[in-house]
Amino acid sequence: MSVLVYTENWDGKFKKLSFELVSYATGVAKMLNTTVTAVSIGKVDENELIRLGNYGANKIININSDKLAVLDSQAYSSVISEIARKENASVIIISNNNTGKAIAPRLSVRLKAGVGSGVSRLPLNLNPFTVYKRTYSGNAFAHLVIKSDIKILTLAQNSFDLIETPVNATIENMNPSIDGSLLKTVIKDIQKQSGMILLTDADIVVSGGRGMKSADNWGPLVELAKLLGAATACSRPVSDEGWRPHDEHTGQTGKIIAPNLYIAVGISGATQHLAGISSSKYIVAINSDKNAPIFEAAQYGIIGDAMKVLPKLIEAVKEIRK
Amino acid sequence: MKILVCISNVPDTTTKIKFAEGNTSVDTTGIQWVINPWDELSLTRALELKDDTTSGIKSVTVIHVGPAASEPTIRKALAIGADDAIRVNAVSSDAWFVAAQIAEVIKKEQFDVIMCGIESSDYNGSIVGGMISEFLGIPSVSAVSGIKFENGQPIIIREIDGGKEVVSVPVPFVAIVQKGIAKEPRIAAMRGIMMARSKPVKLVEPVQVDPLTQIVEFEKPTPRAACKFIDADSPALLLDLLQNEAKVI
Repeated sequence: MSVLVYTENWDGKFKKLSFELVSYATGVAKMLNTTVTAVSIGKVDENELIRLGNYGANKIININSDKLAVLDSQAYSSVISEIARKENASVIIISNNNTGKAIAPRLSVRLKAGVGSGVSRLPLNLNPFTVYKRTYSGNAFAHLVIKSDIKILTLAQNSFDLIETPVNATIENMNPSIDGSLLKTVIKDIQKQSGMILLTDADIVVSGGRGMKSADNWGPLVELAKLLGAATACSRPVSDEGWRPHDEHTGQTGKIIAPNLYIAVGISGATQHLAGISSSKYIVAINSDKNAPIFEAAQYGIIGDAMKVLPKLIEAVKEIRK
Repeated sequence: MKILVCISNVPDTTTKIKFAEGNTSVDTTGIQWVINPWDELSLTRALELKDDTTSGIKSVTVIHVGPAASEPTIRKALAIGADDAIRVNAVSSDAWFVAAQIAEVIKKEQFDVIMCGIESSDYNGSIVGGMISEFLGIPSVSAVSGIKFENGQPIIIREIDGGKEVVSVPVPFVAIVQKGIAKEPRIAAMRGIMMARSKPVKLVEPVQVDPLTQIVEFEKPTPRAACKFIDADSPALLLDLLQNEAKVI
């Protein structure tokens, strides 16, 4: 028996997300009294792979195959399911990000394994195997019993703390046979933005709503974000109006994020917006309406006009950064 | 080519969720049911593709797994413009059950493109679409924010961390759709509502499938502490709290 964790890499490097996954897998393995095997697909050098051992990965299976250069959900799930069988995995852990969402359900069918998606805590119970998962877009949480022999859990991003439990990990290079007929995804173009803090990775997010009043007023918000090393985001009306790009929209139908700090500027806090940000560890709200629902979700609030509060806040940040 | 759009019947997104039967189920009293927002966007894009005579899309069918009580949601999809509908007559018990039922229908009635919302706003699972594709052994593309057809081949935009990829897969395939696929959901016009009454809804009995998961209890999110208000003229105080109390900057 083992716990298997798929650790995604980005241009050969792991991110905090990868270590969160291994920390979580190690927690599950302790409950089951077993070991953790991590699977890495892509060109990652040994020094980077071995870092997974800091969080408790006992064994790291390294697959570096040109055939898997493109994310093809069919091919990836075929490779990971083979390893799961070989490693006799009873629990498989994947991120709940776009890659995880592409792979987990296919893996589920291959292994006849029930999926607990968007888990944010260690399993509540082993018998029956019960996980704690987000439902109703964060308005409720469910205790979900997974009845199958193999269980697949997708971990919500930034929901589980990194826990260092160093072990001497062994690296096993593997060259799996890949059924060419499964490789159906053809890449025509890649458009990547570089040098930006990704919204889903950011520890701090500064976000603007209708209270920003127009597309021209965004300068101070972007400046504050820069000073704090934060990503920028917005509410749905803002992206619908075209004041900010759609990929900044956080909320139920946009991006769902869980930063350590979310600063909501001129956002009233409609249910649909809160659904995307309610897992943030701390929320600061700046709004001119003292009855705005965002203040019910926030721990810290400033009542005031965004355009007047932002410059003062920027000055104060500059002061403490001196 | 034929498109199948999978639709889920969910509480309106502004609903305050309450529980019943000792927190083992959701209290459905007074809930307004709607088409899952991502499914509604999928349907909108499917209809746009059908309207475009160069796309090669000839028909749009919707499928739903649910009891007779969810007929109004199916009729709404027909009123928006779907040509016909299939209802698998069963109360959905989990994603595995739903995906298996839909895959079974697709095996009998050929579709070229299957569209599913990336998640449903009730169970937030993000699994049904991928499961359908694996049950059928066909390609799936996830986090799709754009789709068009050129010479019968799909050109798909999928979202990746920090960017987008333009990809293609052979038909048939499953597109797992997120925001951006269509600008705004299409709204039913009076003519559509009238026509929907006479559009066919095919009733299919479920196949025997045992669910793999079961929700045994619901709970409310942990309530947050009351908001501490800071005077707008003393932002330094806010920064002090963020540094020393919350320890987040």
